[in-house]
Amino acid sequence: MMEDFNSETDSDYTSYWRDWFISSRGNEYFCEIDEEYLTDRFNLTGLNTEVPYYQYALDLVTDVFDLDADDELREQIEKAARHLYGLVHARYIVTTRGLAKMLDKYKKCDFGKCPRVICEGHPLLPMGQHDIPNTSTVRLYCAKCEDIYNPKSSRHGSIDGAYFGSSFHSMMFQVYPALLPEKSIRRYEPRIFGFRVHAPAALARWQDQYREETRARLRDAGMETRFAEDSEGEDDEEDEEEVQTSSARKEKVVGDAASGRMDLGN
Amino acid sequence: MSSSEGAPESWISSFCGMMGHEFFAEVSEDFIEDDFNLTGLQSQVPMYKEALEMILDVEPEEEDEDEEEEEEEEDEDEILGDDRPAFRRAGERRHARVASDLSVIESSAELLYGLIHQRYITSRPGIQQMLEKLEMGHFGSCPRVYCNGSRPVPVGLSDTPGQQTVKLYCPSCQDIYTPPNSRFHSVDGAFFGTTFGCLFFMTFPDLDVAPRPVDNPLSPVRASPAGTPREPQPTEINGVRTASFAAGLGPGRVYEPKIYGFKVSDRSRSGPRMKWLRMKPVEIRELDEMTRYESQHPLADREGDMDMGAGAAQNAAIARRKKAPMRRRRYNTNPGVNGGEGL
Repeated sequence: MMEDFNSETDSDYTSYWRDWFISSRGNEYFCEIDEEYLTDRFNLTGLNTEVPYYQYALDLVTDVFDLDADDELREQIEKAARHLYGLVHARYIVTTRGLAKMLDKYKKCDFGKCPRVICEGHPLLPMGQHDIPNTSTVRLYCAKCEDIYNPKSSRHGSIDGAYFGSSFHSMMFQVYPALLPEKSIRRYEPRIFGFRVHAPAALARWQDQYREETRARLRDAGMETRFAEDSEGEDDEEDEEEVQTSSARKEKVVGDAASGRMDLGN
Repeated sequence: MSSSEGAPESWISSFCGMMGHEFFAEVSEDFIEDDFNLTGLQSQVPMYKEALEMILDVEPEEEDEDEEEEEEEEDEDEILGDDRPAFRRAGERRHARVASDLSVIESSAELLYGLIHQRYITSRPGIQQMLEKLEMGHFGSCPRVYCNGSRPVPVGLSDTPGQQTVKLYCPSCQDIYTPPNSRFHSVDGAFFGTTFGCLFFMTFPDLDVAPRPVDNPLSPVRASPAGTPREPQPTEINGVRTASFAAGLGPGRVYEPKIYGFKVSDRSRSGPRMKWLRMKPVEIRELDEMTRYESQHPLADREGDMDMGAGAAQNAAIARRKKAPMRRRRYNTNPGVNGGEGL
């Protein structure tokens, strides 16, 4: 019955509540969920147990709310509606249409830029470490360094991570592999009076070896790994050296793939 | 400039109190007054003398009264090989200075202060002052989730001014980040220098930089990461404390992308490629390259090409005997450790 009502009003009825929600301060990470998606009961499976005042909240989100409630009740319903919207949002953004909407926002850098200096301001994607609500707040994933960061603004720091889910950003790059940025092997080298410091440098050497071993293993499995530095470097002496040493390591490991991986020590 | 005039506040404290200058320590006047600390800065800063006077709050009225004397002093300075701009030699310099030069001197003073600051924070009182600032939370926290709010320090990527803005060095992941607040995006990184970051954490090895222990379920880091070492780790490795060395890295602190709960395979085209960046050996002794080298190249192999004296050989033999038990232990743990990491 409600669906009938919606389809009837769909054409001339703009989404007041959702428009207000995504344009209000602090909700910049959310995209607008289609009316169609929201009104398909299948997409809301299981949410009625998760959200209090479920039916009222859904009515509010779909702009058909007409209960004459007092302020306190209205506030609770409002809160439930935001929770419901978030939970549906997590489901919506892994659909084809949702991914496309989030892709637009990603291209516009709506989620901010990676704070890591070496990533040179690569755009971020929102994600949650958990899919269960009220477990952790929203994090931002950088595809270039493949790490997750806290949003720098406190108004985003309180958003529930479950409103974006743990799968969304991986799904994005599975669906749009062309978006994958070129990864870089560059790193920060701590120096004191121009000299590299031993402890971080030893860790860096170990990490380089780890990387080359992973690379060799993936190559054996038929998956080539490329870094931004692989293509250049012919004119740069230091890079060339780096490439040479790494290829020397590769040969060593490829020759004896299994045991080479087993003992870093030998 | 106008803020410091008439106010009891010194130029230095008003500079440090300015918006965006929260990272700066207040350089003590003793440090600035010691000419040795200013070696070489004269050639880097235009209107050096005026800038220095401004930093030290030397009264401008005095200058006017002793105009001629000062002129002479400055002439002496010029003889000392300082390449000053030609317009400075003009007789009517004083009149012009009041209006337009003031802003030039102000920016020179800021540059000079920054360069002195770069040196000051590597000195004993300076680094101590920066420690206090760190403990008061002036530098914020690392944005990386797995660093769990560890505290970074400001660093520069270059010691030459005008190249890069200030960055934050996190000791927990040993990486550098752009400060979150845009007010710092105009602060020159050279005013902190490349040396300070690492030197700071080596000066205070007991500083607790390790991520906070897990006290709530919202925290991303599990109490015991997957690859907990089975044997006690050495307290020091390569001259730094093991507990605080790259505390935010290693298995359990590397992000694993998942889709519907399943890990994304690294054989996938868009699978993880950057895990190495946040990796650390579970067995921290793997980073002790000297000991590893010695264990892999027994003394017998080396004697030929190293040409050691009899005494040195004896000492080395003793050292080898000392290391022997540790080496054996490592061989035992090796396959398990790396088997876990390779996947």
